[in-house]
Amino acid sequence: MYPSRFRYEAPRSIDDAVGLLQAGDGEAKVLAGGQSLVPLLKLRFASPEMLVDINDLPGLDYHRADPDGTIRVGALCRHVDLERSALLADRQPTMAAAAPMVADPIVRNRGTLVGSLCHADPQGDWASVVTALGGHVVAQGPDGRRTIPIGEFVSGPFQNTLAYDEIAVEAVIPAPEGTPAGGYLKLERRVGDFATAGTAVAIETSGGVVTRAGIALTGVGGSTIDAVEAARVLVGRPLGAEVIAEAAALAAQAAQPKSDHRGSAKYKRHVVQTFVERILTRVGDTTERAA
Amino acid sequence: MALFEEIAAEPSESVPVRRVTISVNGERRTADIEPRLLLAHLLRQGLKLTGTHMGCDTTNCGACTVLFDGKPVKSCTMLAVQADGHEVTTVEGLGGASELHPVQESFSDEHGLQCGFCTPGMMLAAKALLDEVPDPTEDEVRWALSGNLCRCTGYQNIVKSVLSAAQKLQGQSPADGS
Ligand SMILES: Cc1cc2nc3c(=O)[nH]c(=O)nc-3n(C[C@H](O)[C@H](O)[C@H](O)COP(=O)(O)OP(=O)(O)OC[C@H]3O[C@@H](n4cnc5c(N)ncnc54)[C@H](O)[C@@H]3O)c2cc1C
Ligand code: FES
Ligand code: FES
Repeated sequence: MYPSRFRYEAPRSIDDAVGLLQAGDGEAKVLAGGQSLVPLLKLRFASPEMLVDINDLPGLDYHRADPDGTIRVGALCRHVDLERSALLADRQPTMAAAAPMVADPIVRNRGTLVGSLCHADPQGDWASVVTALGGHVVAQGPDGRRTIPIGEFVSGPFQNTLAYDEIAVEAVIPAPEGTPAGGYLKLERRVGDFATAGTAVAIETSGGVVTRAGIALTGVGGSTIDAVEAARVLVGRPLGAEVIAEAAALAAQAAQPKSDHRGSAKYKRHVVQTFVERILTRVGDTTERAA
Repeated sequence: MALFEEIAAEPSESVPVRRVTISVNGERRTADIEPRLLLAHLLRQGLKLTGTHMGCDTTNCGACTVLFDGKPVKSCTMLAVQADGHEVTTVEGLGGASELHPVQESFSDEHGLQCGFCTPGMMLAAKALLDEVPDPTEDEVRWALSGNLCRCTGYQNIVKSVLSAAQKLQGQSPADGS
């Protein structure tokens, strides 16, 4: 399979990249890890006139924490960097748990977290993680930078709200106020498969009480699902069995799964409920022991 | 270098062609290519390095795995222009028939292949693992190879081959045990 013809540019600065996108007038596409875009080009589901390859842009391959604990992931930070990250292992359990579950190890060598958010696949793992964490995307366009909360960034299946001449330069996870806890569980038929169902749970605790909670669901709806109500019942309470069951049931209600080759809708809902319960129970056990 | 007479007509004047210089198996290769050419096609059709196999052509099987600056990538899912100024290693770069790389030797000794279709990709993924983790556990081997599919072997002997190659590379024979 061969993509249709396109002009190829590999700019060396973000400004040049934005300039090229502007000149492309809506017919240009950013190429990051290429692990979603290149297959689409080959299938000719996408036939842009120009590809703006951002792999040569300097200084975007970072992920780091600001002094206040804000985590920033640059547009060229690959899945593999996050999988091996000591920073995440140390400080951000939801991201650390998700990283090894994205695609397969070879795809992870190229694919990026930011590219995954931009791709906005309802089965993408990172969009759920960033949603649960209340993160945002920083976009740069001709008029400078702006911040887009993840809930406004992903606007539907395979749709984001970037303007045609904007590049997503980084994803940002706000600094936690309490102790971050949580996890990511994903059911896949085999390694490298997209989720039959996935759940991202990110909470913060303080003095044994949940002070912030986010729960988001992968692969069980037309888009990433922010299970707001499930998360809300957790806040202000210690993580007991009762509240955990309540949150898990609400998460299952928030899911909008369809029956397909990966499983029936009923089954997927059940998986969501089980996963949310499992993550929260584990977190509950650990916080109890720590307290 | 001639441009892919096998797969497409010579591009007309209006088609942008880019000159790329890629280090392939340690040798500098220059080619004028269309940007839409995939790395796998440059290697196979352009450079006649047919050891890189195309299996699924949809980024799933890993048969087309090559090392890009030392890291395994699926060459059916990268543009050849993206390799400009970079290093690519294919199975031909591991070793030749007269002088096999320890990974190749082990695949042969431990029956790590049957039809051989997945083997180049498997061996390159294995080499990348051993470059980073010289003494991997079985789990680490399985994890590192989980992006490469094999329809024949059931993986058992592939894993054995990689573990045996690890020992060989560390200068001890598998028979020594330990
Ligand atoms: C076999 C296989 C299995 C996979 N399994 C999973 C999985 O289990 N879970 C999962 O989440 N993903 C999975 N993926 C997808 C993978 O994670 C991709 O890496 C990811 O979706 C896209 O990231 P990328 O950097 O490769 O983006 P690209 O493919 O380069 O781009 C994707 C889209 O985002 C746009 N884009 C990318 N970066 C930017 C930017 N900085 N600014 C503006 N626009 C941008 C592009 O224009 C394009 O439209 C899988 C892919 C494959 C091939
Ligand atoms: S041919 Fe490239 S992954 Fe299958
Ligand atoms: S040996 Fe036949 S596919 Fe692996």
